[in-house]
Amino acid sequence: MNARDHTALLEVRDLKKYFPVYGGIFQRTVAQVRAVDGVSFSINKGRTLGLVGESGCGKSTLGRAILRLHEPTSGQVLVDGQDILGLRRNQLVENRRRLQIIFQDPFASLSPRRTVAQIIREPLDVHRIGTSANRECRIIELLADVGMGAEVRDRYPHEFSGGQRQRIGIARALALDPDFIVADEPVSALDVSVQSQVLNLIAELKRKRGIAFLFISHDLAVIQHVSDEIGVMYLGRIVEQAAVNDLYARPRHPYTQVLMSAIPVPDPTTKRSRIILEGDVPSPMHPPNGCPFHTRCVQAMAVCKTTVPPIVNVGDAANPHRVSCHLYN
Amino acid sequence: MPLLSVRDLVIEFETENGVVRAVDTISFDVYEGDTIGLVGESGCGKTVTGLSILGLIPSPPGRIVSGSITIMGRELVGLNDSELREIRGRDISMIFQEPMTALNPVFTVGNQMTDVLMRHRGLTRRQARNAAIEMLAKVGLPVPAKRIDEYPHQLSGGMRQRVMIAMALSCGPKLLIADEPTTALDVTTQAQVLEQISKLQAEFQMAVVLITHDLGIVAETCRRAIVMYCGHIVENAAIEPLFANPRHPYTKGLLDSIPRIRSEKLEELPIIPGRVPDLLHLPAGCRFADRCVQADTQCREQSPLLTSSGTSGDLIACHHPYAPIHTGQIS
Repeated sequence: MNARDHTALLEVRDLKKYFPVYGGIFQRTVAQVRAVDGVSFSINKGRTLGLVGESGCGKSTLGRAILRLHEPTSGQVLVDGQDILGLRRNQLVENRRRLQIIFQDPFASLSPRRTVAQIIREPLDVHRIGTSANRECRIIELLADVGMGAEVRDRYPHEFSGGQRQRIGIARALALDPDFIVADEPVSALDVSVQSQVLNLIAELKRKRGIAFLFISHDLAVIQHVSDEIGVMYLGRIVEQAAVNDLYARPRHPYTQVLMSAIPVPDPTTKRSRIILEGDVPSPMHPPNGCPFHTRCVQAMAVCKTTVPPIVNVGDAANPHRVSCHLYN
Repeated sequence: MPLLSVRDLVIEFETENGVVRAVDTISFDVYEGDTIGLVGESGCGKTVTGLSILGLIPSPPGRIVSGSITIMGRELVGLNDSELREIRGRDISMIFQEPMTALNPVFTVGNQMTDVLMRHRGLTRRQARNAAIEMLAKVGLPVPAKRIDEYPHQLSGGMRQRVMIAMALSCGPKLLIADEPTTALDVTTQAQVLEQISKLQAEFQMAVVLITHDLGIVAETCRRAIVMYCGHIVENAAIEPLFANPRHPYTKGLLDSIPRIRSEKLEELPIIPGRVPDLLHLPAGCRFADRCVQADTQCREQSPLLTSSGTSGDLIACHHPYAPIHTGQIS
């Protein structure tokens, strides 16, 4: 399928989010954490972009910056061609109907004092959708959509397991019939046997309702199942982006190759040569000059220390495979 | 003789809603230099089992109701605190998932390490400091002579985990209990830390009990695995047969549902239906029966015992296990 057959639902252009670091007795800004440092991509209607990277790479900040839960420092976020970063609060609320988020921690993201029905109803109340009776029906429909019965409506979050809470969080995100959902590590807090249940649910929602997802995860194995395209993030930048099968079959960036080789394989008969990285991720407060990965890259060359590699397409026009690495220049 | 021997261990916790039996009559052995994976999902009792070996069950609310834990023939259940302190760190050490909860934030790395060395190895402060620096270098901490004077918050997650490993191994224990040692770490750091543990294990000739939910890690590092479900051991087998031919339906379900990179994307991921039962309301028979495709009336009425699976030394608790696959031999 050609990506050009679709229109971009969401387009992110050169998005940056810097967090100030305060210090000294006057609490002046002494430094900046470059959490997201110039990221561009687009997501078409009903498609899923998987965003993978290690802690601190800026993937969650990026997800929140798109929804303006963190106000971006610069850049553009276009929804159907309209830049939502310039919108006033009241105009933004209209757009929020279409853009929703599912959080990682199902224990922290649901209010412990509200019943399931109240939690799911809240977005409907805020956006004044339907009559009160309509809203009640809608709650039952939404619960059914996530595989839960109507009998749970008056129970509280603490009565549920992690997997069920995540289903409640998903029902809340679906309440406004969004076009786009940011799913921020939605299965990381779950046990393996329920992880797949929730992943299957998300894949089904995507199929049935045509919702586009930005699916954020640290786990390349989890993200493969739900994604059409994958972006690999390192220190605030997307270093490689390609269609899912292409990326797994031929990872180009040395960092992607390291990430793939680091995943433990549940098969004792395969003994693989693993690329073991030296050292830690550099601080995003003091990112290295040149390529952000050069301090840990086994293939680093002289040019990597001085120049940020441009993003080049190593695929073709119909199936782009973008990578930011001097090895491909 | 096994290095560690656990027999019919029962551990209970008092809760507001009643007594929970977190570990229910489990037995297993660990031999010298061995690597055993203790696997299962949250609440299966794997961490409580690990803690009990070091006498670290918080009491109250927890308590060892019955059973025995012996290390090199010495009974650990019933020892008092000062007797246990002699054993902890010297014979058995433990590392935890969250290094920040195990390291004291108000002392430097050096302070915390030298205490243990002076106590168990009778070193002077200066000797202990040198030994600590040497140990930190062994676990791959960069610039150990500088890092030893830093506080835990100045270190990254991976470095803290290395410091904890250095502390745990500084007195050359015979047995290391590692409770989800890499779960809080990124995959690339996890790979570094796991490699470090196996290297040190070979060097110190020590046995490791690796507690984890990640079967990938078990496949790569362990020789045997013990699979737990709701406080019971359901399967105890050598790694190769366990992964090639899981006999217990729970083990098989767990293996099938691990997210793994596949050459072709699946339409639907394999799952284990339902969820883990509440420990306060356990079913009468097999605890996995409600989620099991093999279950029948016998399973719902009668709890299966852990018995030989027919393969040498391997054990299984199931009325209807999957058949063993015989490769290259006539059955």
